[in-house]
Amino acid sequence: MLEVTDLEVRYGAIRAVRGISFSVSSGELVTLLGANGAGKSSTLRCIAGALKSAGGSIRLDGENVTSAKPEIMVRKGVATVPETRDVFPDLTVDENLRLGSYTRRADRSGVNADRERMFELFPRLAERLSQPAGTLSGGEQQMLVIARAMMSRPKVLLLDEPSLGLAPVIVDQIFELIAKLKQTGVTILLVEQNVTEALAVADRAYVMRLGKVAAAGTAAEISAATDIDALYLGG
Amino acid sequence: MTFAIQFLINVLSLGGAYALMALGLVIVYGILRLVNFAYGELIMVTGYTLFLISGSALPWFVMAAAAVAMAVVTGIATDYIAFRPVRAKSVTAVLITSFAFSTLLQNAALLFISPRPRVIPLPEIFSRTVEIGGAITPMRNLLTIAAAVILLALFAFLMRRTVLGIAMRAAATNFTMARMLGVPANLIISSAFAISGFIAGVVGLLWMGRIGTVVPGIGLEPLLVAFIATIIGGMRSLTGAVIGGFVLAFIDTSLNYTLPQELLKFRDAFTFSLVILILLWRPEGLMRGPATGQRT
Repeated sequence: MLEVTDLEVRYGAIRAVRGISFSVSSGELVTLLGANGAGKSSTLRCIAGALKSAGGSIRLDGENVTSAKPEIMVRKGVATVPETRDVFPDLTVDENLRLGSYTRRADRSGVNADRERMFELFPRLAERLSQPAGTLSGGEQQMLVIARAMMSRPKVLLLDEPSLGLAPVIVDQIFELIAKLKQTGVTILLVEQNVTEALAVADRAYVMRLGKVAAAGTAAEISAATDIDALYLGG
Repeated sequence: MTFAIQFLINVLSLGGAYALMALGLVIVYGILRLVNFAYGELIMVTGYTLFLISGSALPWFVMAAAAVAMAVVTGIATDYIAFRPVRAKSVTAVLITSFAFSTLLQNAALLFISPRPRVIPLPEIFSRTVEIGGAITPMRNLLTIAAAVILLALFAFLMRRTVLGIAMRAAATNFTMARMLGVPANLIISSAFAISGFIAGVVGLLWMGRIGTVVPGIGLEPLLVAFIATIIGGMRSLTGAVIGGFVLAFIDTSLNYTLPQELLKFRDAFTFSLVILILLWRPEGLMRGPATGQRT
């Protein structure tokens, strides 16, 4: 479904991603692990089209989508939940969700059905529909951003550190939810620092270090590998 | 009582015009974080279009609509000519290109039309006066108030109830995120320039209706007014721009009534002193506007 080959991302002279290759098959949940600055988020933002690649290619269903604009990537079925949890704070929860379905706003009944589905998954959002999104708690904002991304009915969902800065009990809820989303058949690429939780829901994992893939395998293999701490600590 | 009514109508009509001017400027600024210095020329274009087609037998309303349409076209052209080619590269470059586009339009008017004022056709209603509660008021002041109310309501409806408006508000907070939801950047920016042109066109008609003529430099004062009103109200907030417009009109009108005759020609100095005081009290302007946002 998603195939990344020799991808490079640069910020000026800094090479954040130095030629990484990985793939995600349809319906699979793959996680990119690694310490701060390993290049995980850059990789994700590059796939989403928010960053231009400096080399390599990104293919979606065999089609070359390298350096496509972000608005094009959504239309091709890639939805993004960015690390910075970008709700539009002044817009209401309802308006945030409406924007999520921007690309398929003509399909009224489909959109309404999806909204109902999202309210079942996230009852809190239904309660707070007319509230500005900026007044939600961190966990609620994270749920809103995930629901908003799902409103575009993506084939691939890119999740960037959904557990960042949330209380442990909320983190558990978020991961339960990711597992539920996986069951709906959507393909997920999950970037995480929370190794244990990520490996618990993932099928396969790639460990990144200094812009390169340092290890790859099934979630079980990566969990069993004893050097995972070393990879994290840079040893 | 009569004085109170007179004062109120003056503040509301001047404030309505100022608020619209500010709104037209801030709609583009909010999204691009770039000031369109060629904004005043949209008003100039409206005036000259009206002047150029004044010989035709068309009803005034049709001519006015054509003039406003021309302002919309010029607004969108500003984006394509002055903003789009350099937007992503440098803020300074856009500052210069938008000034250049402004100068270009002004000089075209100087060269091809005239540096002297040109009379624009106005319907008879603009010169009529009415008496309200003893206060004698030009009809055009009431027209300005009505136009401001209608346009502000329309604008609020567009921004709150339509997908395009919601997308524009989202883009003003976080452009990249809006794009990652599939909102096309160019559509949003062009829409902002088109709305800016439309507002400038309508406000231009009302503004020039006070004097009945157009000159190449006519856009300078509206640009300055819009700029100051948005600074008072907060550069990032649409509501702030409207409030800023009314505050500025209130200051101007009050000074008109209270300053002694020999100081009246220095009115702007007093106005700006008050603006400075407001900014010392609220450096970010009266309204704060969306919390986050990066340039694109």
